[in-house]
Amino acid sequence: MKFRFTRLLAVSAVAVTTALSGALASAQEQFVPILSYRVGPYASGGSGFFGGMIDYFNLVNMSGGINGVKITWEECETEYNAARGVECYERLKKKGGGATVVEPLSTGIAYGILDRVGTDKIPMTTLGYGRSDAANGAVFPYVFPLLTSYWSQAAAMVKYLGDKSGGLDKLKGKKIVHLYHDSAFGKEPFPVLEAASKQYGFDLVKIPVPHPGNEQNSQWLQIRQANPDYVILWGWGVMNAVAVKTAARVGFPREKMLGVWWAGSEEDAIPAGDAAKGYSTMTYNTPGNYPVLDEIRKKVYGAKKGNLEDTSRIGSVYHMRGVTVGILYTEAVKKAQEKYGKGKALTGEQIRWGYENLNVDEAKQKTLGAAGMFPPIKTSCQDHEGSGAAKVQVWDGKAWKALTPNWITGDRAAVQKMVADSSAKYAADAKITPGCMK
Amino acid sequence: MIYREAGQYKTTYVSDSQIFPIAQDRYAVAALLVIAFLLIPLFATQYIFSAILTPFLILALATLGLNILTGYAGQLSLGTAAFMAVGAFGSFNFMTRVDGMPALVAFILGGICAALVGILFGLPSLRIRGFYLAASTLATQFFVLWALSKVPWFTNYSTSGVITTQKVQILGFKFDTPQSEYLLVLAIVAVMALMAKNMVRSNVGRSWMAVRDMDVAAEVIGFRIMRTKLTAFAVSSFYCGVAGALYAYCYLGTVEPEAYSLDLSFRILFMVIIGGVGSILGSFLGAGFIVLLPVALSIIVHYTGLPNSVTSNLELMVFGALIIFFLIVEPHGLARLWQIGKEKLRLWPFPH
Repeated sequence: MKFRFTRLLAVSAVAVTTALSGALASAQEQFVPILSYRVGPYASGGSGFFGGMIDYFNLVNMSGGINGVKITWEECETEYNAARGVECYERLKKKGGGATVVEPLSTGIAYGILDRVGTDKIPMTTLGYGRSDAANGAVFPYVFPLLTSYWSQAAAMVKYLGDKSGGLDKLKGKKIVHLYHDSAFGKEPFPVLEAASKQYGFDLVKIPVPHPGNEQNSQWLQIRQANPDYVILWGWGVMNAVAVKTAARVGFPREKMLGVWWAGSEEDAIPAGDAAKGYSTMTYNTPGNYPVLDEIRKKVYGAKKGNLEDTSRIGSVYHMRGVTVGILYTEAVKKAQEKYGKGKALTGEQIRWGYENLNVDEAKQKTLGAAGMFPPIKTSCQDHEGSGAAKVQVWDGKAWKALTPNWITGDRAAVQKMVADSSAKYAADAKITPGCMK
Repeated sequence: MIYREAGQYKTTYVSDSQIFPIAQDRYAVAALLVIAFLLIPLFATQYIFSAILTPFLILALATLGLNILTGYAGQLSLGTAAFMAVGAFGSFNFMTRVDGMPALVAFILGGICAALVGILFGLPSLRIRGFYLAASTLATQFFVLWALSKVPWFTNYSTSGVITTQKVQILGFKFDTPQSEYLLVLAIVAVMALMAKNMVRSNVGRSWMAVRDMDVAAEVIGFRIMRTKLTAFAVSSFYCGVAGALYAYCYLGTVEPEAYSLDLSFRILFMVIIGGVGSILGSFLGAGFIVLLPVALSIIVHYTGLPNSVTSNLELMVFGALIIFFLIVEPHGLARLWQIGKEKLRLWPFPH
């Protein structure tokens, strides 16, 4: 009798738990902390970027979530300040059942939480910024410089300038000025550019611009004296518009300038006025309009749930980058759900696997309404970048237009070797044994 | 009534020259230390440790350093973050290049590096004063960051100038959880704050204050100006250097030189001004105000349910308004408010 009673108890306990989990399953939610910056010197970029991310999340939720799993989020203002960013990260990481991804759009914050994301098991994406050598997933399992990193960008720049001169061998004897923001960011491409200068025999002249770069007369005087064939503008913030304007003043053709992607948004070109016409930069988004943007306009902004106050900024460079982050997150979650259970809310650790096995090819992009919006991406443990391709865009006075029809990839093998060397050094310093996670 | 020292007789010179002559102060400090060392670790969450308390303590230490220089010795400095950077990168290099270097020794050596740089950049203070000195310490700020990004040796040849700090280990105990990092920082800050408290009432501290109040008069009565000013620079930079090392090792982990930008120098200067120029307690109050208030505001404003673009700006506006309010009501800082309160308490309930 007693035996039967315990069995009854066990059976009813099982019934209760299944009922409970059933109730939970109907309201599956996944949390994303958004470390945004909407005040301070970089607010114009931040509001577009994080607005794009939120707009896409809203679109996903309105279409029923990711296989039924709704995305929830909470914003925290970082002011692009590393200390504030770390505080925001710590504040939000446990909310809503635990953070499932973090994308700070700030190198300083990304460095500040680099060690923490590994301990907390939360994947961090750094689209087009941050540590280039984090592309090695065996050393940095939780960091994803998705699409392309600074090193890939520098390699793609060399490739593009070579093509423009009529072949990489034609770069011999040419002179290229690297005009850079004097910080970790500006110096990141040094190894790639130096190696390329040796390999192809072009003359590399490095000219630093001290932060914030709103005075560049002496640098451009130097450039005019050097009379280079091309100028690479590796700038950020106010430095970009000033560089373009100063180039116009000293009569340096803008067509010979090639900016980094952080120098290639509306916020960089419009302040330079007419001087920016013909100025080109790298980008990891093809400018233009896409069905997914139309859908955001119609569904999200139609329902007055849009995040941007100025609707003309939908599809601007920063907004599109934010939408791209949203798409890649959704795809990573879908991928992870294939392994860990469809329609289930997942943990950061599980989504990390999704990011590591991401595969968004052209056909997939087409179904998402974003065909050609960003380079096709396929990640693996050895390659957390997944693509390494970029495009060149040109400012026609009103908007950015794609200058190259195809994605440009530089010397991938050389970049990957550098990634391997540099991350191995990091692993040795930090006493990490590299290894792929399952 | 509660805060009255009537009946506390000092019968020996030792008891007369204690750091905290009033018994209530002694009890309060002891209670605070007990709470900080024993109670908080029991109850606080990881977020409180790693996002609130640790940065608060580290910045309080840096503020203390600047307060020694600006508040006690009267030398205005805008190079605080640079001295912190020297401390951080100094400790990093000692840890990287010397095998088996104990972390605490590395922090101290980092602080000594900062002190040497402080002495070097303190030399102009012998000839110039006030705003001009501020401009020359501004040069420290730019020079140090420039040197750190220009000479790859300082960052152990990291391509982008970013360093990742080693794990702190003392006597085999690893400080790798937020809680243990907090305790380490707390211990260092408590010891150094007590040392500072003691120093400012010694002959060194008194000579600083004499120079601050009128350096010609101080020189006439026999203080050696050069030694006084340079010790102030050295001690202040040492404190800042240790704070910088802790900022890298116990807070951020991976640091680029940009983390020690001019912005941080200004923030620390604001902490000194808000907290109280020339007060050890004020350093803690000021750091608390500048570090904790924005966090509190952002949490409060967040619950108003306004759109984020509004809350972000509202936060800044309220913060700015509070700073202006405090400076108008009490230009001598929060420490002065506490002092007034303390005097009132001592008289209470007899106001005359």
